[in-house]
Amino acid sequence: MKRRERTKFNLKDFLWGWLFLLPTVAGLLILNIIPIFQTIYQSFFKTGAFGKGNIFVGLQNYKKLFSDASIWQALFNTFKYAIIEVPFSIAIALVFAVLLNKKIRGRTVYRTIYFLPMVAAPAAIAMVWRWLYNSKFGLLNHLLNSIGLESVNWVADPSIAFISIAAVGIWSVVGYNMVLFLAGLQEIPHDYYEAAEIDGANAFRQFFAITLPCLSPTMFFVTVTRVIGALQVFDVIYMMMDKVNPAIYKTQSLVYLFYKYSFVEYNKGYGSAIVVLLLAVIMAITAVQVYLQKKWSDA
Amino acid sequence: MNNKIKKLLNSTLIQIILLMGAVVMIVPFVWMFLTSFKTISESTQMNPFVILPSKWRLDAFKSVMSKMNFLRLYWNTLVLIAGRIFFAVITATMAGYALGRLKFPGRSLAFGLVLFQMMVPGQIFIIPQYLMVSKMGMLNTSFALIFPGLVTAFGTFLLRQAYMNLPKDLEEAAVLDGCGIFARFLFVMLPLTRSSMVALGIFTALFAFKDLMWPLVVNTEQTTMPLSAALAKIQGQYGSNYPELMAASMLACVPMIIIYILFQKQFIEGIATSGSKM
Repeated sequence: MKRRERTKFNLKDFLWGWLFLLPTVAGLLILNIIPIFQTIYQSFFKTGAFGKGNIFVGLQNYKKLFSDASIWQALFNTFKYAIIEVPFSIAIALVFAVLLNKKIRGRTVYRTIYFLPMVAAPAAIAMVWRWLYNSKFGLLNHLLNSIGLESVNWVADPSIAFISIAAVGIWSVVGYNMVLFLAGLQEIPHDYYEAAEIDGANAFRQFFAITLPCLSPTMFFVTVTRVIGALQVFDVIYMMMDKVNPAIYKTQSLVYLFYKYSFVEYNKGYGSAIVVLLLAVIMAITAVQVYLQKKWSDA
Repeated sequence: MNNKIKKLLNSTLIQIILLMGAVVMIVPFVWMFLTSFKTISESTQMNPFVILPSKWRLDAFKSVMSKMNFLRLYWNTLVLIAGRIFFAVITATMAGYALGRLKFPGRSLAFGLVLFQMMVPGQIFIIPQYLMVSKMGMLNTSFALIFPGLVTAFGTFLLRQAYMNLPKDLEEAAVLDGCGIFARFLFVMLPLTRSSMVALGIFTALFAFKDLMWPLVVNTEQTTMPLSAALAKIQGQYGSNYPELMAASMLACVPMIIIYILFQKQFIEGIATSGSKM
């Protein structure tokens, strides 16, 4: 009797279910799913001069893409940014979260301050950092000079600029990661630590034997979303690097080039090809991460 | 005794680390604040270096407010945020209930669609979305700002989790009382997902406020831009007039910072929920 009820097709559920789903499914199709195919389609076309018409060019955009040194450099820049931003923003956030998870004075105040960059407009963040980085009048170089060090060309020196940019990225996102870690830490039962205490495990041992393993679902989530976010870096670079900045070639990301080709040079075909490349890169990396996670959690 | 000293040392060390972190996090904001009250010459004076402005001048603020219509920018930003929250919460709540509570053919397919959208980088939607808005003749409108946020895959996912985690008995009791599906949804289940709805609202508000590329693409007229895009545009125009750039940044950030400080519990919990429910 019970089983029959479960498998029975319920017309009411069906009608109401689809009625409730209708706005979301229609919206996702129109706003997201169809546009994916439109972008792929667009990548086989060239936008005519003055935005007039589309000319089918086959694989020409992709041929250009793979022989375009600036695209490869941008892909490399994007990876370089992610490789700095992701581990540092996670490690620093983890330290803050573990320390703030204890009963210490000023807990809420620290948490509020660390999260502050998350509620600031990215353009404002980029402008104030540009100002701090200013080679002649910036606060950072003043501090360096006052302890007897040479000024640094933070955003115009091609070998330093990507680190300066990644530092802003880390600064912006540390608080966000920390909040997610704090939520994860609060789910770890207290008894574990008490038992470890009785067994005489010190703080470091407790961190590696209890905290880190228990935090691994949060860690996985934060890592995957941070990697995806870092590979889409745009705001900081767009705001901090002028078009005439000598370091732009060594810092511009894939999304920066996507924006530039699509909406500054109005070559939507080439812009589409760039974003299809980004899609492929992100899908591949996410698949690898999910595979590694599965393997690791099965082991 | 020894143990006490060790504990004291330990907590002092923790305080020092946290304090250093806090200084790094807050100095840019303090510097923004201080610079906005300086004159240009004060802001670029190196010998001696000026930390505090000699006088708390409002000149930079006045000048920025005469060049940019901040009331308009606040309004545009408010409409953007309110619109995005409105549509996100309504559509995600409905879809989340259907996916989390009802059993019907096509449900997994719809959920697959949701998951797929979440895995794809957002930039891939921008050109077609821009062309759609453009064809509708809606560039430079509030509608254009809200458009990509009419539905939300992430929010649907979040609310689906919330509905799935509600106890079964409640709904069954409502069925015995003769409640139909809609009444059950609206009066029994929906109120119980309040915390997830608030989380989605906060998440949506923050990311609408921080979104830069979409507003830059669709609303190119000063009168229709939200704060984020307007702020990005002035950098080139003001050159190195840092007191004015910082004053504009202050004006753009302070309202959100005040809201955040007033509702920080909700903010932190909302963001934590949006992450940990995955």
